[in-house]
Amino acid sequence: MGTPTTPETSDLTRLIEAALDEREQRGGLSKKNKITIVAWDGHLDRVWPTLILSTTAAASGMEVSVFFTFWGLFALVRPERRITGKDWMTRMLSALNPGSTAKARLSRYNFAGMGPWMLGRIAKEYKTPHPTELLELAREMGVRLIPCQMTMDLMGLTKDDLIEGLEEPIGAATALLEMKESAIQLFI
Amino acid sequence: MSTVTTTVDARGQSCPGPLVTLHRALKQARSGDLLELLATDPGSKSDVPSWAQLSGNELLEASEEQGVFRYVIRKA
Repeated sequence: MGTPTTPETSDLTRLIEAALDEREQRGGLSKKNKITIVAWDGHLDRVWPTLILSTTAAASGMEVSVFFTFWGLFALVRPERRITGKDWMTRMLSALNPGSTAKARLSRYNFAGMGPWMLGRIAKEYKTPHPTELLELAREMGVRLIPCQMTMDLMGLTKDDLIEGLEEPIGAATALLEMKESAIQLFI
Repeated sequence: MSTVTTTVDARGQSCPGPLVTLHRALKQARSGDLLELLATDPGSKSDVPSWAQLSGNELLEASEEQGVFRYVIRKA
């Protein structure tokens, strides 16, 4: 560069460069073109935007991971499975909380199924795809749908209870890693 | 001047329909191809430019005629 540097400024430059190098190594500057969504809630009006964002991100060329945990995992249960679980408690929970996007309830204005039915009718009129359709689309577009292993154990859900085309179940640390390397992280 | 090679008709579809349909058509296209997207979703006015920015494809034209939005995109 030609400009004379005093010993102090060259020290400072070295310090800054070392700090930047360290940050780079920790992955602070190298986030992927990726989005990770934690789908915690299984209600229709939460799973819906999760799937709209996922499919739109995939259509934009982003890598997409959705980690289904707690009530969110029930959205991945096969629609024909009435009762899941391994004992009376987990079976009762599954009866109170029917699985699949087709049977998901609204977080408000559910009115014993009247709300979801009306919303479905309106969505059809406006040609907004239903979550069941979006879930299919997401799988087709390569969105990684990842079940939470701990929730599966807790709720007594087996791989056979869940729809096909899912990733291997993972734990919290792997979910954190997915989030860490993503440019966007959401908890829905 | 290159000409539009594919027309993607997403009229009547709403979010996220038009972008998913466009993405599908784009997969079949080659780099540099010009695609035309037709949509009636008013949300596409903001969403197509955002999508272009996210995906790195180039939005060359945007116009509206009688409630139909027309976008010309060059595949990256």
